[in-house]
Amino acid sequence: MTKHLKDYWLFIIFVIFTAAGFILDLNTAQGVFDNFYSFFLTMIKFVPAVFLLIGLFEVWVDKETIEKHLGEESGFLAYLWAIILASTTVGGLYVAFPVAAALYKKGASPRIIFSYIGTAAICRIPMTLFEASYVGVSFTAIRWAISIPLVIISSILMEKILAAKDLEKISENT
Amino acid sequence: MIYYFTAALTAILFIIDREKTIRGLKIGLKKIRKNSPVFLNMIILVAFSLYFVSDELILKFLGDGSGAVGVALAGGLGSLAFMPGFVAFPLAGILLEKGVSYTVIAAFTTTLMMVGLVTYPVEKDFFGLKITVIRNLISLVMAIIVSIAIGLFYGELFI
Repeated sequence: MTKHLKDYWLFIIFVIFTAAGFILDLNTAQGVFDNFYSFFLTMIKFVPAVFLLIGLFEVWVDKETIEKHLGEESGFLAYLWAIILASTTVGGLYVAFPVAAALYKKGASPRIIFSYIGTAAICRIPMTLFEASYVGVSFTAIRWAISIPLVIISSILMEKILAAKDLEKISENT
Repeated sequence: MIYYFTAALTAILFIIDREKTIRGLKIGLKKIRKNSPVFLNMIILVAFSLYFVSDELILKFLGDGSGAVGVALAGGLGSLAFMPGFVAFPLAGILLEKGVSYTVIAAFTTTLMMVGLVTYPVEKDFFGLKITVIRNLISLVMAIIVSIAIGLFYGELFI
């Protein structure tokens, strides 16, 4: 129980400060709390489902399948898979992190999961549609043409510079 | 939407293999329980970020920003801010109309997408401190490169 309480320290502080803010009738407390509440509702709408899907993924998908397509021996196509998976990722990076960790645990190589995270940040389809319509198609096209290769190069670089010890942390959590 | 998909998938898998599906759902539930504190922390940071790095603030600060200072400011705000695409890009559209350069817009949207101070609790929990810091630093550099490339394309920067 004390361990659980420790995990929630920030939330406890947040509650205390918000309560104090409400008593003192501060606009900031009201504003921050409204944001908290509305984003909390947004998250409830899909994050639990993502974790259930990851749970099903861990049981149903064979390690060999992931290793073969996204693992150490995988070739160029693996990046394509990573980008396709990334562009259809819902939400934001906070969804990509647990998905990437689950893929890593199943045998995907570090460079592929970093490519997945990077492209999940920049290539998600709904977001890109907004970008293309408000800022311009050519803006989106150049941004993709520059940033996708950069993501892949930096992912390979990260795989090279990170020690096994750093990567161990990924599977620890999941 | 995603709950319907999850429910349908669970139903199909349940027919194929009951025991396996229940095991998967149990793993999922365990993950929800285990990860709720970090997600709660992220929601708290998002709540502060939305309040203090608001749309109005971004409009005000980037409205007349240009050059290296503008790019730096845009990159900083993009790293701190949290907003979904359907808020960020209309905002970028307004900034463009106000005459803000594509270079600055690119720095703002790219850091917004790739560098995340508010997602730090979640990222650190899954990947550890070192990977989190390295990934965010690399992303910051990438955002600058993208912004320069955009600037060259639109003829805002010259070499």
